[in-house]
Amino acid sequence: MDIVVCIKRVPAFGAQVPLTDDGLAVDTRHLGFTIGPHEECAVEEAVRLAAAHGGRVTVLTVGPEEAGEQLRYALAMGAHQGVLVDTGTTDLDPEATATAVLAGLADEPAPDLLLFGDASADAGHGQVGVRVALACGLPIVGGVTGIEAESGAVPENGAVAENGAVTENGATLRATRDTPGGTEVFGLSVPAAVAVKEGLNLPRYPTLPGRLKAKKAALRTVTCGPEPGGLRTLGLRRPADDRAGAIPLGRGADAAPAVVDVLAELGKV
Amino acid sequence: MTEIPERADIVVVGAGIVGNSVCHHLAELGWRNIVLIEKGPLPDPGGSTGHASNFIFPVDHSREITALTTDSMRQYEKLGTLISCGGVEVAREPARVEELKRRMASARAWGVDAELIDPGRVAELVPFVDPDILLAGFWTPSVAVVDPLRAGALMREQAIADGALTVAASTTVTGIRTDGGRVQRVCTDAGDVETSLVVVACGVWSPRIARLAGGQIPLTPAVHQMMDVGPIPEFEASGTAIAYPIVRDMDALMYERQSGADLEIGSYAHRPILHEPDEIPSLAAAALSPTQLPFTSEDFDPQLEQALELFGSILDRPDAGVRHAINGLLSLTPDGAPVLGPSPEVDGLWSAAAVWIKEGPGVGRMMAEWLTHGDCEFDMHGADIARFYPHQRTREHVRARANEGFNKTYGIVHPREQWESARGRKLSPFHARERAAGAVFFEVGGWERPHWYESNRDLLEEFGDRIHDRPHEWDARWWSPIVEAEHLALRERAAMIDLTAFAQFDVRGPGALDYLQRMTMAQLDRPVGRICYTPVLTPGGGFRSDLTVVRLAEDRFRVITGGADGARDRFWFESHLPADGSASLVDVTSAVCTLGLWGPRARDILAATTEDDVSGEAIPFGTARWIAVDGIPVLALRVSYVGDLGWELHAPFEQGQALWDAIAEAGRPHGIAPAGIGVYGTTGRLEKGYRLMGAELDAEYDPVEAGLALPKVKAADFIGKDAYLAAREGDPAATLCTLTVDDHLGAEGIPRYPQGGEPIVTPAGERIVDRKGRGSAVTSAGPAPSVGRHLLMAYLPPEFAVEGTSLQVEYMAERYPVTVARAGRTPLFDPDDTRMKA
Repeated sequence: MDIVVCIKRVPAFGAQVPLTDDGLAVDTRHLGFTIGPHEECAVEEAVRLAAAHGGRVTVLTVGPEEAGEQLRYALAMGAHQGVLVDTGTTDLDPEATATAVLAGLADEPAPDLLLFGDASADAGHGQVGVRVALACGLPIVGGVTGIEAESGAVPENGAVAENGAVTENGATLRATRDTPGGTEVFGLSVPAAVAVKEGLNLPRYPTLPGRLKAKKAALRTVTCGPEPGGLRTLGLRRPADDRAGAIPLGRGADAAPAVVDVLAELGKV
Repeated sequence: MTEIPERADIVVVGAGIVGNSVCHHLAELGWRNIVLIEKGPLPDPGGSTGHASNFIFPVDHSREITALTTDSMRQYEKLGTLISCGGVEVAREPARVEELKRRMASARAWGVDAELIDPGRVAELVPFVDPDILLAGFWTPSVAVVDPLRAGALMREQAIADGALTVAASTTVTGIRTDGGRVQRVCTDAGDVETSLVVVACGVWSPRIARLAGGQIPLTPAVHQMMDVGPIPEFEASGTAIAYPIVRDMDALMYERQSGADLEIGSYAHRPILHEPDEIPSLAAAALSPTQLPFTSEDFDPQLEQALELFGSILDRPDAGVRHAINGLLSLTPDGAPVLGPSPEVDGLWSAAAVWIKEGPGVGRMMAEWLTHGDCEFDMHGADIARFYPHQRTREHVRARANEGFNKTYGIVHPREQWESARGRKLSPFHARERAAGAVFFEVGGWERPHWYESNRDLLEEFGDRIHDRPHEWDARWWSPIVEAEHLALRERAAMIDLTAFAQFDVRGPGALDYLQRMTMAQLDRPVGRICYTPVLTPGGGFRSDLTVVRLAEDRFRVITGGADGARDRFWFESHLPADGSASLVDVTSAVCTLGLWGPRARDILAATTEDDVSGEAIPFGTARWIAVDGIPVLALRVSYVGDLGWELHAPFEQGQALWDAIAEAGRPHGIAPAGIGVYGTTGRLEKGYRLMGAELDAEYDPVEAGLALPKVKAADFIGKDAYLAAREGDPAATLCTLTVDDHLGAEGIPRYPQGGEPIVTPAGERIVDRKGRGSAVTSAGPAPSVGRHLLMAYLPPEFAVEGTSLQVEYMAERYPVTVARAGRTPLFDPDDTRMKA
């Protein structure tokens, strides 16, 4: 099963998100970058599926040249090749991002499975997967926290009809997702798209040999300058810091009366 | 939130291992009303103490650092926060094997149990390494892992229990108010506290906090990359934090250690990555902590391969992943040593910065002693913040040297190795002439000083049979046989030596004499024109400095001291000036240049340049006179550190080149040669038995031991007098001796030459320790061309400090026979000083 996983380079920040002076973006000068937890699970799932059923895993990202770092991280986890759609340093809205993803997919053989994170770790619009799937004419299920390939029903490499047409034997994947009322189960024919959520699996840490291999891997770069979409950022504001600091009530046994007072105040005693 | 008291006897800023330790030891010494302010939360405020790898290898080539480290280990152990695991430094390259042998010498010299082992034994100790890529190991059983956060918490708790300490955590220092250059109060976001003493123990933030008071702490935050790889089932099975010895893969500039279920890999091999103290993210803005910055994987990539080479058996597994990786911040200084003590810029501002986990508790103890008594048990001159000249405190200098120094952390650093960056900053007026003569420059205190002159290479032929070639590259590195040739030319004819790097202070005023009498050990109440060499003592009676004082007038003196210690000496003298203003000090270093002229022809040469009388009657030994050399006003000092007839010629800086030319011209018929500091500081001085500050002389030895006690004790009081009197009463625990190396032939079949720092051992190979616990080690080493021997100086206990005693020096893991040639001050060459006094 050939799989393409779309990932996004996002800043890794602490409790407080630093903003640029104009308030239009996150100030990333002193931040590291990562891929979001949903996408990390997507890469892990793809690597496992390919290991179990054969096929190749391609990771694709849209962003600046530096996003190659995130592709290599995924390669170190076990993905086979990386595609960087270089759109420069401008932040893209979901529409433009989807256009860029499609540009990256254009020269790739059509995959059996297109994996997304349910939403990016920074913007969190949750649109790109749906937009790309729609443009490709693929069915998509979002919020997925479990994927199983139906045993024996997975097409061999190359057994998939050209142009991503649905295979004859119907459902080949079982995707599940949690709802407050229970678990929803979807049967999917490949090719298909799935957007996954953290909790799907426990992503592995890259091994040292994996990192070395990833470092040497050649990335395919596609340059793309998509038209801006309809969504614009007008400004970012940090929420008021209303978290009260911890108030020590005392030390050792001396603190007991104060603890009782607090509990009384809360109506617990 | 803790209430900050309105007043404190002392405020310590920063609750890392250093700040906590300072508070603890201050409390132990009886201080009360100590306030500790910490910006972050406790117990882990987010500084470097919280993420360090926390292991301790006790052996360092520096005695000072080894002493701080072993003291710290004792403290960590006493607090129950130390686990011994052993450690091995491994060599992949032949040069490293030699370095490990040198480490062995340092281990012996400073009394740390250690052993050179073969790769097979390394693999027995650490079963996961590939011994096939190793050549040797240096095994130190006492290597340990410590818990500095826990140790710090315990130290705080003790001080609180003693009623000595108030801790204000999550409190930000917003200002340090000064008045007239003195600390008055510390301002915080939780209120102000009045105090006259502030200790900055803020690690990588120290420069920023010191700046609030108008002071500089010369360090820069720098990245040290670390990663944890796991899980390793063998480690998990051990059930402990660390069950296997720590490996320092020295040639890869890396270390590997068990950390619970992971193998932690740290690197000093990547490019230097320096940060600015003001740009370190806040606790809230940092993803992990302010001092654990995002890992830049491309910088670590080459190290992955080297880690796999050595630890492939556990790292090359599909389940062993990189679970944690950071760019950890640590502090780098221009010379790699800590920055401790009172700031020379702001009265009451103290620095306790650029300290590793391995030194933290020991530094705390020394700082507390220093704050209490004015000095401390260990000699700290190499860590003293006052050692930096103003230009060395600048951001540019700190960054240049930190950039260059970072990769030397695990490097093989020759004791004479020179810095490449930030050179050419201080040039004497002779510089153009020196360059033209092919000078090879060594730096001291920023000054470029010729160490020898390539133009003197032809002297090698003339003196060839008396010069010792050094066939081993290590012995010959940063050295030249030309030094010995220049030495012999001086002894046979004459030489001129650039001494402009001297630091010079003019002290004047009605109280100048009394003030200087109080600062120095020798009697300075002598006639105008007299030159006095004098030790300067610490309150505890050790050496703070040694220098020369010239009485220029009844109320005017010139203090002349070495360039290496000029900044420290200036601070010491300035900070003791009388409060009533009866004496003032002006630093005239930049106004004066100095040319040494010595040798049997020196008087003939000088006489040819001046109409003044330069005879022994006109300028007797030990006196100074103003003369005119080719029309240049020169203060001629009839002294010599090389033990020959001649003068230090002190002239206006801008007339230096004219002075050089006049002496060179007059000297030509006499065969004068320019000579470098190799002659002045090593060969000439050693055969004359002269002591050097920082080598033979430091705060841990007293004048009686150094052979510098004077026949009489002056009536005037002076700093260190009580201790000096006590030392005169008792028998010295050690005596400074000069030893000859009797046989240089090493196992490789070529002669070897000890360089300094090596242990002196008994004929049976036992370490020699005096009754104060100080080991005997070579303080200076070098050739004595006029004597035809390679000389060593070392302090020896009384039973060995007997002329004719046979001992051994341990150099590069081999032992060479030596003989005590002189016990005490008498020189080997010209013992009656007839040449100098001619």
